[in-house]
Amino acid sequence: MATVALRNSALSALGRRVLGGARAFSSEKTSYGNLSDEDRIFTNLYGRHDPFLKGAVKRGDWYRTKDLVLMGRDWIISEMKASGLRGRGGAGFPSGLKWSFMPKEVPDGRPSYLVVNADESEPGTCKDREIMRHDPHKLVEGCLIAGVGMGARAGYIYIRGEYVNERLALEKAVAEAYEAGLIGKNACGTGYDYDLYVHHGAGAYICGEETALIESLEGKTGKPRLKPPFPAGVGLYGCPTTVTNVETVAVAPTILRRGPEWFNSFGRPNNAGTKLFCISGHVNRPCTVEEEMSIPLRELIEKHCGGVVGGWDNLLAIIPGGSSVPLLPKNICDDVLMDFDALREVQSGLGTAAVIVMNKSTDIVEAISRLSYFYKHESCGQCTPCREGAPWLFEMMERMRTGDARLEEIDMLHEVTKQIEGHTICALGDAAAWPVQGLIRHFRPEIESRINQWQDQKQLEFGGTAGFGGYNSPVDGGRA
Amino acid sequence: MIRGAVLRAAAVAAGALTKGGSSALAPLEGGQKYAQALGASKAWSRGYATNSHDHFNIHRDSPENNDTTPFDFTPENMKIVKEVLARYPENYKRSGVIPLLTLAQTQNKGFLTLSAMNRVAEVLETPAIRVYEVATFYTMFNRSKMGKYHLMVCGTTPCMVRGAPKVKQALCDHLGLSDYGESTADGLFTLSEMECMGCCVNAPMIAVADYTKGVEGFTYNYYEDITTKDAVNITEQLRRGETPKVGSQHRSKCEPAGVVYEDKWVPTPEGTETLMGTPRGPYCRELKKEAAEQKQ
Repeated sequence: MATVALRNSALSALGRRVLGGARAFSSEKTSYGNLSDEDRIFTNLYGRHDPFLKGAVKRGDWYRTKDLVLMGRDWIISEMKASGLRGRGGAGFPSGLKWSFMPKEVPDGRPSYLVVNADESEPGTCKDREIMRHDPHKLVEGCLIAGVGMGARAGYIYIRGEYVNERLALEKAVAEAYEAGLIGKNACGTGYDYDLYVHHGAGAYICGEETALIESLEGKTGKPRLKPPFPAGVGLYGCPTTVTNVETVAVAPTILRRGPEWFNSFGRPNNAGTKLFCISGHVNRPCTVEEEMSIPLRELIEKHCGGVVGGWDNLLAIIPGGSSVPLLPKNICDDVLMDFDALREVQSGLGTAAVIVMNKSTDIVEAISRLSYFYKHESCGQCTPCREGAPWLFEMMERMRTGDARLEEIDMLHEVTKQIEGHTICALGDAAAWPVQGLIRHFRPEIESRINQWQDQKQLEFGGTAGFGGYNSPVDGGRA
Repeated sequence: MIRGAVLRAAAVAAGALTKGGSSALAPLEGGQKYAQALGASKAWSRGYATNSHDHFNIHRDSPENNDTTPFDFTPENMKIVKEVLARYPENYKRSGVIPLLTLAQTQNKGFLTLSAMNRVAEVLETPAIRVYEVATFYTMFNRSKMGKYHLMVCGTTPCMVRGAPKVKQALCDHLGLSDYGESTADGLFTLSEMECMGCCVNAPMIAVADYTKGVEGFTYNYYEDITTKDAVNITEQLRRGETPKVGSQHRSKCEPAGVVYEDKWVPTPEGTETLMGTPRGPYCRELKKEAAEQKQ
């Protein structure tokens, strides 16, 4: 109920003011957004200041890190839990809880590892890149804090291979931190030994999946492992490992310094904090921006991105959380809030908060078909439903694009996605299925009209009554 | 029906291979020619499992890539090899395979020969097949000869909706190529498509791997917010040996400023700006251990 009220409250600026006024006496917060620069964590997001140690210290990084570390492992975990931070890599698992899964003691003396997932390849997402090239010390400091929280002995940052310049920036930051004694032996003078290494991939989307990332870090092909055993028990080199996203790690020191209550005061309950949003596609001023969670999607776009190209009414659809989540048509975009729960309610997801905006100039079927091609290309080939299914999705989507299909094939397409979803080791199969499902859910009439149009045209060309279109079509070179 | 399609794909592929072996494409010209021959047939993408859309990564002996091609890391690069291996536990040397293959590829001017992979396997003390596996799994490893500049167009949806297909067309027209996967006759440029490069806010973009300056001078730069004109300009500058502006061509970084729409940069200077002032200085609340414990 509360969420419904909140959703309504976002209907329009006017509506929000009225509702907000009516509920002013309740302590519940009803409007989100309008984050001030004062409350932004990534203060050098646009690279306007020195990204390296000197500048970072000036901006407050590495400030009293020693004290934070000396507060101890349990304190760090409990503060992270209290902050309500949910993982920023897509799944949104509560970070404090995840970190607490790491064993306190390993009887056989295996070391524990922190692995930072900087393999940012989700189409639409480019937030970690800004962190690594403009604020690398936030990440390096976060690695120490998170490492202490997990009892890790060393950390590996796995950065995607294409981010060569970002890797150089990060390597420089790590070297600076070593030199200043902030990490390494007796890190920050705390008596805690902590090593940090930068490792890179070589262009494989699948390596963003945590177990594939571990495999890749071990020098193998990036094929996800079956879970259990979970990485917290048996991960990198068979040792307890936690894989976390760059943003999650990078915000940790600031949360500890400013207090979990501060972080928790943003966003709706259960969706706490601030978040980096990357808005790409057809907006007037595409940008990466840090905003409060639960900001209405429309406000995010109109305020920070200068609105949709051609005006809000020219909006066709939005993919709200990176390519893996189903798209939303305009009527949902009008009032949806940008957080984990609100987007799940509308059968989509926050994912990495990568907002891809498409206006009416977009061929929506082609846009989703291109995503199917992406998943076809990036499937690691380990599980049959994904390896075989993803190419089929692409092939069918390509025919849907031109209309060279039959109406019943739309259901067949949907069934194929259902055959892939949930039947694979990792979530890539699901990710391949969801965009297509979203398209069918919201744009079925568009696909149908293309098919009808194509059939009409073929009938005009060739005569006859039926039988055109589809995989087995006698026209178009007899594909079968 | 399905089997028919697969058989057909295999037949087309086999046909192209035989053709390549006979006259139209001399086998001595290397894998790339085969790739082109196969790439021309759409069925190819179904018939083979490959990491790369447009480059052939199944080994065929050729003059520049065979069992006896010499390859060894230079003494300077051997130092880098040691630095890399120091990051991993003694008994998990294999972890270094991706960094070492990257190094070998850079030293070898953009592609991995059989002997380069064998040498990496030797350094890592692993069976060679483990290295071949990795070299053919990851998209950034090239198994056929590359141009001096490897131009990569990001073609995934966020770039696509902002005009990546036009950029591709412009580059193809300008360089006289017909599709991805081809190189210019002078061996200067190779054009490829990459999947999302992670700079969607600055779409469309091309990345250029520069193999002209060896390992020390190697660059892999992103050119962002490009129009077709910018893309052509960048290749022209590279051809003349100049250094094009790296990063966004029209704004500083990823701040809100404007958009490439219908192949034109449309600036929108007016709007909400964030992070314009001086960032706040160091701050930390009072840390009380007791308080935290009471809360639990």
